[in-house]
Amino acid sequence: MSRSEGSGGGRRRVLQVKFVPDEEVLKHIADDTGIKVRKDKPQPSISLKRFVKKLENISDDEAQEILEEKNYVATLGISTQDPMGNGTSVSGGEVYSFQTPKRSSKMAELASELAHTPEQSVAPDHSKGPGKTAKTPQSSKHSSSNKEQLRSKKKEFVSTTPYRLRKRLAAPDSYLESESEYSASCSEEEDEEDQQEVSTVLSGQKTPAKTKAAPTPPPRNSLAKKNKEEKMSNLMEEYFEAHSSSKVLTSDRTLQKLRKRRLNQETLRDLLTKAPLAYAAEIKELNQQHESLFSKWMLQLHLGFNIVLYGLGSKRDLLEKFRTSLLQDSVHLVVNGYFPSITVRSILNSITEEVLDHIGTFRSPLDQLEFITKRFKEDSSLELYVLIHNLDSQMLRGERSQQILAQLSSLPSIYLIASIDHINAPLMWDQAKLSLYNWLWYETTTFSPYVEETSYENSLLVQQSGSLALSSLTHVLRSLTPNARGIFRLLAQYQLEKKDNPSYPGLSFQDFYQQCREAFLVNSDLTLRAQLTEFRDHKLIRTKRGADGVEYLLIPVDDSTLTDFLENQDEDA
Amino acid sequence: MSTCSVSKGCFVFKPSAKKRKLSQSTAHDFGIRNDDSEDTELRFVTCQSLWNQIKSETEKVQEDLNKQLLDNLMNFLSRFHSEFQEKTAEWTCRMKFREIPTAALVLGVNVTDHELTFKSVSDFLQNNITPYIALLEAKDCPGVKNLMQKLMGQLMNCYVDVDSLEDEDYVQVSQNRIRCSMSSLIKWYESVTKKTDSEAPSKKRTTSAHWQSPPVVVIFKDMESFTTKVLQDFIVICSQHIHELPLVLIFGIATSPMIIHRLLPHSVSSLLCIELFQSLSCKDHLSTIIDKLLLTAQFPFKLGEKVLQVLINIFLYHDFSVQNFIKGFQLCIVEHFYSQPLSVLCCQLVDLQKRVHSLSHDQCENIRRLPSFRRYVEEQESGKQVALLTTDNFLKEEIQKLLEDLHVYHENYVSILRCLHVFTSSLPKYPLGKQIRELHCACLENQVWETEEYESSLQLARMLNKSDLVTMLQQCMEILLSSSGKEFDKTVEKLKKFLTEFQNLEAEAFQEQDVSISSQKELQKKTDLYHLQKTLLELKESRRTKKLTKFEMLRFEVVDYIDSLVRKYLVPADRRTLHEILYFNTAAVLRGHLNAAPRTALHTALNNPHWYLKNQALKCDGGSISNKAPDICIVYKLHLECGRLINLVDWLEAFSTVVMAGEEPNADTASSDQMDDIIHARFIRAVSELELLGFIKPSKQKTDHVARLTWGGC
Repeated sequence: MSRSEGSGGGRRRVLQVKFVPDEEVLKHIADDTGIKVRKDKPQPSISLKRFVKKLENISDDEAQEILEEKNYVATLGISTQDPMGNGTSVSGGEVYSFQTPKRSSKMAELASELAHTPEQSVAPDHSKGPGKTAKTPQSSKHSSSNKEQLRSKKKEFVSTTPYRLRKRLAAPDSYLESESEYSASCSEEEDEEDQQEVSTVLSGQKTPAKTKAAPTPPPRNSLAKKNKEEKMSNLMEEYFEAHSSSKVLTSDRTLQKLRKRRLNQETLRDLLTKAPLAYAAEIKELNQQHESLFSKWMLQLHLGFNIVLYGLGSKRDLLEKFRTSLLQDSVHLVVNGYFPSITVRSILNSITEEVLDHIGTFRSPLDQLEFITKRFKEDSSLELYVLIHNLDSQMLRGERSQQILAQLSSLPSIYLIASIDHINAPLMWDQAKLSLYNWLWYETTTFSPYVEETSYENSLLVQQSGSLALSSLTHVLRSLTPNARGIFRLLAQYQLEKKDNPSYPGLSFQDFYQQCREAFLVNSDLTLRAQLTEFRDHKLIRTKRGADGVEYLLIPVDDSTLTDFLENQDEDA
Repeated sequence: MSTCSVSKGCFVFKPSAKKRKLSQSTAHDFGIRNDDSEDTELRFVTCQSLWNQIKSETEKVQEDLNKQLLDNLMNFLSRFHSEFQEKTAEWTCRMKFREIPTAALVLGVNVTDHELTFKSVSDFLQNNITPYIALLEAKDCPGVKNLMQKLMGQLMNCYVDVDSLEDEDYVQVSQNRIRCSMSSLIKWYESVTKKTDSEAPSKKRTTSAHWQSPPVVVIFKDMESFTTKVLQDFIVICSQHIHELPLVLIFGIATSPMIIHRLLPHSVSSLLCIELFQSLSCKDHLSTIIDKLLLTAQFPFKLGEKVLQVLINIFLYHDFSVQNFIKGFQLCIVEHFYSQPLSVLCCQLVDLQKRVHSLSHDQCENIRRLPSFRRYVEEQESGKQVALLTTDNFLKEEIQKLLEDLHVYHENYVSILRCLHVFTSSLPKYPLGKQIRELHCACLENQVWETEEYESSLQLARMLNKSDLVTMLQQCMEILLSSSGKEFDKTVEKLKKFLTEFQNLEAEAFQEQDVSISSQKELQKKTDLYHLQKTLLELKESRRTKKLTKFEMLRFEVVDYIDSLVRKYLVPADRRTLHEILYFNTAAVLRGHLNAAPRTALHTALNNPHWYLKNQALKCDGGSISNKAPDICIVYKLHLECGRLINLVDWLEAFSTVVMAGEEPNADTASSDQMDDIIHARFIRAVSELELLGFIKPSKQKTDHVARLTWGGC
């Protein structure tokens, strides 16, 4: 960059050429603006102005970076006018990046924030807030009228937390309040009663909240950009910080201490059917949009493509509708991928046995696949539609299963239409498999609940009712002799007696034999062994050898189920 | 019949034989979509025939490009074969070291395309050299035993195919019975060759097509995926028998030839006599395909700029796979004919007249609705406007004319594009791109002469030297002469004139040189600063006013002429009337289907449900979501605030806080308990949905905790 200064100067001056780096020019411009400001405004504002200027510069740079990042996306031809497209403003890095350290109280914070922001705009009158929020300690704590009480309580909490924790807690000051509550949850053992009391006391009072949110917004806004940059540079350190300690800071509260018991599967289902589906109209509209694509799917299937559906929400109903509306007159196979014991083998079996009417077995799935391939190639009139719900399920996501399914789908007269849900599902496929599958992707976000898909799952919060185990127990036992039933009963009773002993290894065989003899159930240990073998075959009992080499017998069913079983047996008898 | 069951995961539905439709017609699906059923049949037929043409064209291209490779392979095989036959000294030498002739085929990372290459290789060998070919894949061969089984199965089957069918039973039986060992393979080979030798006089075919005692070719399709042990064992075993069995190995390699040495220890790789073969590079392949499919007047269907860009980007950034490019092209064709009712006119010129005249009134209305046609109408005088908008017959004639124009435009476009490419591809730094596809995209995107890159390339072109310029002009002339367009007679003439003028310049050029030398001498005399500056200033002045040399003027003229050609012929397609009929331009659809982003979709749905559910209650600004959002969104948003482990109780409480605030506050205390249960149930559902989606998983580290599986996002 060159500048000549003063046109009227000497010859030397005219030819003076000076290199000025861009930064300096920028500085120069910035200085100029600073001077201008000085003219307009009193002195103290300058530094602030400049600071703002700098921030702006930074933000410009950032914008540039973001632009560059998005360049690639843009070249791929995102068009914003498509209403069904993905979120256009989301770039890859934003979606799922590395783990960064989180403060444990953040969730409660966000919850109260979320809970109150709309209220603020819709109904600013807080006094009529629902009294129920008081039940949760988080929200009740914010009550200013009880501050005194809280303070004392807090002290108590702090003293009970271990030193290391306390040190950690002491660091960030702005989150004092939430931390007190956090420590409360840690030292819950002692304080739970107190807390309950407090909450009952508080239950009648209003919940002003917002005490925490009030101081944060102004600095956050002005410094947000700077923060962001720091965040970028500290990303690495944060990553290691997050992974450095295996210790996780979460509160110790457990569901058992909650007033409500775990729900079982049936009541859960009942409750959910009672709860109205939110946004039913909009969801219906979404579904109608997807349904209008059915004929296109058919066309594309026939032209050799296979179709995969993705997006939030259960796609089961959509596929069912597709099946019932278009596939009624053709041979088709529906595979519930989410079914817990589905295997590729069973899929192949149903093709060979039911579609091709072949009797006989195969040495390996590959042989079976070869047979299917041959049959479909020989007979051009054979056509098969395969619908797979959840191609990415636990059982089907393995490499070999996917390979076989991909090869199956590459047959010209097998039309595959599948759905995926897992966020990492596309990682199942490498280039070779992708080319075999020959996918056309369709985004079908339905927002409908995954009712069927999650019903098999051993959900975390659902109480295992054991009804399945119970009914299988009853069924098997019903087919046995009264003596055998008696033997099993003895074992069950003994196990229940010992249920309070957590290290109960099981009943040793010798003891068991003794008891059975006394009850006139067996006359030799051979008969008992024969009986036990039968139980074992039906998976009613499990045997394991103890450290001393003695055989221990155990019924692998939880105690409540066993109790139920015994009660049932008594009724039957 | 329902498809929900607790005992079964697969359900087969077989309609009764009566009900089963006999060979459902695909054309039927094509028409279901909407009202314009009249032309669907025709559209579908056009679409299919077009696709078939394109498919055969691409196959031809592939074949041509593979020819070199196949010839090389043939030479390689024949060399070893003749050695084997004549038992030359070289052969005995190799036998001493037990070396197996091996061809390493370096195919490139585009695994998807390999299948076709292997097919053509094996077909070629089958037809010309040997019937004994086995194609092995790593997934079929976890052990040497499986490998041998597979190998013998394939070899013996091909024996059956080649020879008469009467032996079939014998072979079928023997295949099951014989043990898979090298010795049985050799026995089989001996018996087979003996038989063909004895039958050779009677069977002309065998002798003519295949060589005597043909080699046994074993192709490893994906060499990298084989386990080292299997490969090593197989090679060692084979090398023991190489003098009895003329075995030839072919390795398909996707990475680099180094992999052979990495997979095999020296002791094994020394048993191989390796020769490298390079298959065609995928970039060249793509260029040829684009040249043959897009830059030609052969096919009426064309790709718009965005679409082409998407396809090329998928190729360059994702897979380097030409097959996928062609697949994308197919999808474009299908989409175009499916979604554009007027695509019925996207046909060869010969059929055009008939089709235009059989257009229905509705279709005419469709044409009137096209934006490009409306632009066109607005430019006409009022009388013609009325006629175009009201009289179908007048419209039809106009359409025919316009479409013919469009075809002519494309032909000219291609020729001039190639000419321009001749110029731009030799400029330093390639401001308009090195490949013709880049230039094509640039020209389709907008008026290329308005871009900076074009400006700078013209600048550079004005600095070309004479010899380059002359060769370029000659190239351009050849291109224009070979093109079928009739408009280029004058252009060719003009180019010829330029060329002769360049030749006439010779003499004057010498004179010019003298002048410049003298001026330079003058410059050297002056030494002091003052005079130097003075002269420099003078020089500057004179340069401004100086008359250009003849060569320079001519060069300017040439460049200007090229510029005028560009401005005349390289108008972007979307400025042309009725371009919608021939050009497919909905890139978003294509991208959605081929290069989908499931994670982003999920992310959007969870973070911003309003994007999908158009409800006012969900609308909110920035990163936050309202507390009336679907449960799963709230639960997701809350879990983002947590670290590695999440306490379920805290989570539940936070959730209920949010949801309660979102509910109407009219719920009385009596039902609150029930409300609690319902909220609890909703929470359970949402959490298990998140588990299904892979955001969390149950953890045993702490009671009632789940582990988070994703990071970032806030």
